[in-house]
Amino acid sequence: MTNIHPALLLICGALLVPFFKGKSKNFFVITLPAAAFYLISTLEPSTSWQVHFFGYDLTFLRVDRLSKIFGYIFTLNAFAAFIYAFYLKDNAQHISALFYIGSALGAVFAGDLVSFYFFWEVMAVSSTFLILARRTKKSMGAGMRYILVHLFGGLCLLAGIVIYISNTGSVVFEAMTEQNLGTWLMLLGVLVNAAAPPFSAWLSDAYPEATVTGGVILSAYTTKTAVYTLIRGFPGWEILILVGCIMTLYGIIYALLENDMRRILAYSIINQVGFMVTGVGIGTVMSLNGAAAHAFAHIIYKALLWMSAGSVLYMTGKSKCTELGGLYKTMPLTLIFGTIGAMAISSFPGTSGFTTKSLIISGSIHEHLFWPWLILEIASAGVFLHAGIKFPYFVFFAKDKGLRPGETNKSMLTAMGFLAFICLFLGVYPKPLYDILPYEMEYYHAYSISHVATQLQLLMFSALVFFLFLALLKRTDTIALDTDWFYRKGGRLFYQVMDKGLNAVNRTFERVFVKEFLVDLTTHVKRLPFAVLAKICWPFWKSAFDAPDKKTINENLLKRAQSGFYPISIIGLFAAIYFGLLFLL
Amino acid sequence: MKEQGLGETMNNNNESPGFFEKPGTIKLLWVLLYAVCVLTLVPDFFIHRHPHFAYDNYFGFFALLGFVACALLILIAKGFGFFLKKKEDYYDD
Repeated sequence: MTNIHPALLLICGALLVPFFKGKSKNFFVITLPAAAFYLISTLEPSTSWQVHFFGYDLTFLRVDRLSKIFGYIFTLNAFAAFIYAFYLKDNAQHISALFYIGSALGAVFAGDLVSFYFFWEVMAVSSTFLILARRTKKSMGAGMRYILVHLFGGLCLLAGIVIYISNTGSVVFEAMTEQNLGTWLMLLGVLVNAAAPPFSAWLSDAYPEATVTGGVILSAYTTKTAVYTLIRGFPGWEILILVGCIMTLYGIIYALLENDMRRILAYSIINQVGFMVTGVGIGTVMSLNGAAAHAFAHIIYKALLWMSAGSVLYMTGKSKCTELGGLYKTMPLTLIFGTIGAMAISSFPGTSGFTTKSLIISGSIHEHLFWPWLILEIASAGVFLHAGIKFPYFVFFAKDKGLRPGETNKSMLTAMGFLAFICLFLGVYPKPLYDILPYEMEYYHAYSISHVATQLQLLMFSALVFFLFLALLKRTDTIALDTDWFYRKGGRLFYQVMDKGLNAVNRTFERVFVKEFLVDLTTHVKRLPFAVLAKICWPFWKSAFDAPDKKTINENLLKRAQSGFYPISIIGLFAAIYFGLLFLL
Repeated sequence: MKEQGLGETMNNNNESPGFFEKPGTIKLLWVLLYAVCVLTLVPDFFIHRHPHFAYDNYFGFFALLGFVACALLILIAKGFGFFLKKKEDYYDD
């Protein structure tokens, strides 16, 4: 064990957080990811930290180019996020964030499925506390739903891993080649974390309810660890092209419907992860590199967007587009940084989105995949619509709501400035990123006149549509129903259906059977002897009784029948006939 | 629970409209937007792209794609909005 494990650095660091007071606490948490980043840069491709566990060889530290690129971006983003959180004193948030980021690193560096699964679950649990930490009723509910969905996904993954191990006898985590129940269950579990519809609602439900910094941190790790897992385990699985394409469009449609700015950004995560999932599905070196590069760039500009939204929330206490607007007057720096993030997510030439997403789209072109290519282009246009323009426009411009919050604090601005710089730097000079991509390929030239021109056409005409259709995009104070409806309202509806349905059957049955049928039955049982008797004896009694009419006789008989007083002689006669017959035969 | 923002103060109505609210600015921005859109079409006269698929070498293909795609996305979202949009308190008890 020569290397220090980067995950261990953050997780052990998390345990020390309570011992620091005041600003030293913040400096301490900023140092941790910086140290981990340095540590990762020193790691040579190798496997270490091997432990023999229940007959299997677990590898806690597998270093290769794929795990390293994710290690770099996870620690880089954590560094920026903790600078952003410099104002924050909350031990709970710092500790859960460090556990969360540490276990994401653990999952990325895990060389076997067992330790991978372990870190996967620690991620789910620790991230929940970043949602609960907001301590509102809504965040409590969202946090509980979040963990339940992730437990479901985790169980699918676990079942898949168990089947896989028993099929192959190996715990090594490498590309899955066979399609069977085990690998499909694993894929399902991973896709839950990648926020693929219909298992995506946890993201848009929970992230916007997280704390200001919680949202920034959450936006990076869960979905991108899933992207890493797909690149590692499921490259070239064609189903992922379909899933990814659906995700890109799904995210856009919902982001257009949403009113809450952080919910818009949450849906745009689904949209962006869709690009990466499609890249993994295409499965060529270029598209897999594209997925990794896009994950790298995406983490940065998405964190930047969440930071600018977080600053607005922090300063105004509001996050709905209907309550925001006109903030350009007092938050110009937040606006500028947020807009750089918005340009990057829209892959404007000159930003990191342009130099990374192009790899995926070129990947689809090289494979002559017309429909995926077309959908990715449509989705690229749509990104500019919902994240590139809608978010900055409704928050910082649109109708001035009279909010005059002033610029946000210096540490937040520093973090945003840092990330905005990386967005532009990688847009102009992507070589450092291309150099660390997981698979060997020729140097990719993102900038050609024709590529820049077509991209600008696509984007500017999208912008034109936005402003021409502005009336249709007017914000309303609403939410949009997603698949979480099924477990939020669905449960209640199920109860109502059962109540109205089954209980109605119950009630009808009670009415018909208990109140009517049984009553009728007893009445009939009571009346039966009389009725039979009356039928049989009527000819005899007609003459025997004094009263001439049938009605009076019947009343008489009924009384007798109900009191058990029958004309014994008739019964006696029958009995005599019966016994006589028995005797004779 | 409503979180209170830190620097929140209300606008006094005497303030003059901001730069981006002046009708002149808005008009200028519209002109700029149209101008930029037209400008992006200019390279299509000169560059002969190597077409990857049958369609993408037509003049202004990406402009049309961007325009139609966004218009459709907005209309589809609007359509979905009719039955997916609910009041904020929809999930509250």
